[in-house]
Amino acid sequence: MDVPKTIVSSSPHLHARSSTASIMWDVSIALAPAALWGVYVFGLRALAVLLVSIASSVLVEYLLNRFSKESTLADGSAFLTGLLIGMNMPPDAAFAVPVIASAFAMFVVKWTFGGLGANWINPALAGRVFVFFSFTGLMNTYRLPRTLGSVDALGSASMLTEMKLAIGEGTVEQLSSAGILASLDYPFTSFAGSVSSWFQEVLGITLSPYTVDAFFGNISGCIGEVSAFLLLAGAAYLFIRKVITWQIPVTFLATFSLLAWIFGGVRNGLGLFQGDFVLQLFSGGMILGAFFMATDMVTSPTTSKGMLIFGAGIGFFAFLLRYFGSLPESVSLAIIVMNIFVPTIDRYILPKRFGEVIVEPKKKEAKA
Amino acid sequence: MERLPTFSKGGVHPDDKKALSNNQAIQRLPVPSELVLPLSQHLGAPASPLKQKGDMVVAGEKIGKASSFISADVHCPVNGTITDLRKVVLANSVVTDAFVITPDASNPLGEWPEQPYDALSPEELLAIVKDMGVVGTGGATFPTHVKLSVPKGRTVDALVVNGVECEPYLTADHRLMLEETERVLRGIMIVAKITGPKRIIIGVENNKKDAIAMLRQEIARLGFPITVMALRVKYPQGDEKQLLKATIKREIPSGKLPLDVGAVVLNVGTSFAIYEAVAMRKPLIDRVVTISGEAMKEKKNLRVLLGSKVADLIAFAGGLDHEPDKFISGGPMMGFAFHDDQIPVIKGTSGILALDKEPSAKAPTTPCISCGRCVAACPMGLQPTKLYRLIEHRDYERAMAMNLMDCKECGCCSYSCPAHLPLVHGMKLGKRLGRK
Repeated sequence: MDVPKTIVSSSPHLHARSSTASIMWDVSIALAPAALWGVYVFGLRALAVLLVSIASSVLVEYLLNRFSKESTLADGSAFLTGLLIGMNMPPDAAFAVPVIASAFAMFVVKWTFGGLGANWINPALAGRVFVFFSFTGLMNTYRLPRTLGSVDALGSASMLTEMKLAIGEGTVEQLSSAGILASLDYPFTSFAGSVSSWFQEVLGITLSPYTVDAFFGNISGCIGEVSAFLLLAGAAYLFIRKVITWQIPVTFLATFSLLAWIFGGVRNGLGLFQGDFVLQLFSGGMILGAFFMATDMVTSPTTSKGMLIFGAGIGFFAFLLRYFGSLPESVSLAIIVMNIFVPTIDRYILPKRFGEVIVEPKKKEAKA
Repeated sequence: MERLPTFSKGGVHPDDKKALSNNQAIQRLPVPSELVLPLSQHLGAPASPLKQKGDMVVAGEKIGKASSFISADVHCPVNGTITDLRKVVLANSVVTDAFVITPDASNPLGEWPEQPYDALSPEELLAIVKDMGVVGTGGATFPTHVKLSVPKGRTVDALVVNGVECEPYLTADHRLMLEETERVLRGIMIVAKITGPKRIIIGVENNKKDAIAMLRQEIARLGFPITVMALRVKYPQGDEKQLLKATIKREIPSGKLPLDVGAVVLNVGTSFAIYEAVAMRKPLIDRVVTISGEAMKEKKNLRVLLGSKVADLIAFAGGLDHEPDKFISGGPMMGFAFHDDQIPVIKGTSGILALDKEPSAKAPTTPCISCGRCVAACPMGLQPTKLYRLIEHRDYERAMAMNLMDCKECGCCSYSCPAHLPLVHGMKLGKRLGRK
């Protein structure tokens, strides 16, 4: 009998159908609906920003590949970083901004620390924060989405910025988040208005139209962060594909909600347990950060217990910075702060060993 | 619906592929023209040869003698002549001496009529098990008499019989439970007489519903005090540590044995071998082997004389359908890849598989992205990614301090690693080099 040429290798001989590349492309797929919504509501200018971000990230990775003589473009990580940077840009960002963010992310944060798997903070977030502090004015210029009617209202601040400014001026004492927005005459869609009144009339629940708009993505903000609904749909896809696990997003959002509910009203004189955390959850980078940034595998803990601590820590810092910091946005900084703690968490939070014998020193002493 | 019990920590769910061969009744492989019978078919010291080249032997005759307590006798499967005693390489890369035996063409097989054994004492039963060369047939091949020797002062709370067969593809134990139900059960009762447990449990994964029903029906008919526990399907439930956690909710501490938590664990194939050893005085000279894998023309469960060459088994199953990517002895998660089809079937050979190219299995490795999937999958609560990094840096001491020796190479970490890192390979290397 002819002996076939077979492979001899170490066990196991089966493998789950997933790879680093499949994970990266899955995340990109999950982000796509929210990114496309951003293009729809903010126009083709937003698409151009997204494309410039992706192209510059991929180009920088390619150039670094040429230098270090390897090929890592197919793993999809450069594309994903570029997409995330683009989604974190205001629709009218000058093209140089995403290019600089991409270069900083790919070169300084990722490549100099050893490439994929070795960076200690999330490259896309680092890129965003870098340009945010470098070009704060450019990064804080938003436009209203087309669904709110007033097209090209350039120069308007994001919803969170408006609220923060109003609170800072002290003109909105004793108002909820929705109340503040109403006092500013912030627009909402007629759809959100009818959903809000339906909730009030049929279910007897007070639901601000601003919360409805924030959930569906009819607010100003960065290109990819406005539609909480589509981001959650993408997150559901990642759960089904088992790319992400519940620990980080759930503890993050739960901690944030709890703190925002208890202490959120304090800053404008409402007292405890008055915080309007639902609107806060669906605005800014909260959902994008919780499901797509904080869950970045490289910069999050490996153990389940560690992930719970990590998520709770982000929730805490996100609350602190958003309510009591000087900047309207907080999620990216909160995640970066916790990224720094990951090696420490991984060092001290160990999984429970099978068959671990719990030594009870007291008993031993008694015997002796 | 009630959730079936299983072990709590880690584990993976590979496609079980049992449907390829689980409805194939056990067939007997005809006596091959030549047998190669290694003296090391078990865990522990190899047996020492009792015969030499040119000797005539009869079926059932002891031709290798256990050389220490943890060792096992080797018996001749056929009537015939020893034509050689030479070195062979087994699937697991062990090099050992082996008898080459040419069976008598006219009358190769022995006969073992059933005889009464009810009057035998536990000590006599244990002596027979030892004398018949019985070892665990699940794959680890631990000498059974060692396992059943309960030290004085120790009591056995639970006898847990392993009918899990959690490795994908393998169906040999499944068929045994279906076709030899009564003998398997009687074998279990013999072990119960030797070890005196308070309760007896058979754990079977719920992908073998017909076997569970058959066992329950026969237990009721024979009136044995045995409970059949249906378990949720999860790999590696067939490992004794995971099986005890799933069935009696106890964890064996690191470096300890089932007896330390009051349990004896035994495979159904071993129970069957014990029945044959005691009731028929038949030594362990054959076993059931699953022939499967996509590249195999016909999938079968074969009763095979030990020492039969893999090539004979494949030929009996109609040969190969197409060129396989890998030959595996055992299951695909913990089995050994081999390239030489002249290697023999030994006491621990549960399956011979011809696997197709599994595209993801050969994907290039990428850097670790700390996803934590290996940590979540490890049933022992280890951190494979950290251990692998330490072993890569040859820091065996720290790897040992992080409980590297708890690793049993089940393959869950490598199976789930998206970077396709050879984690198990690293663990094996680290354990070997770290022990020195």
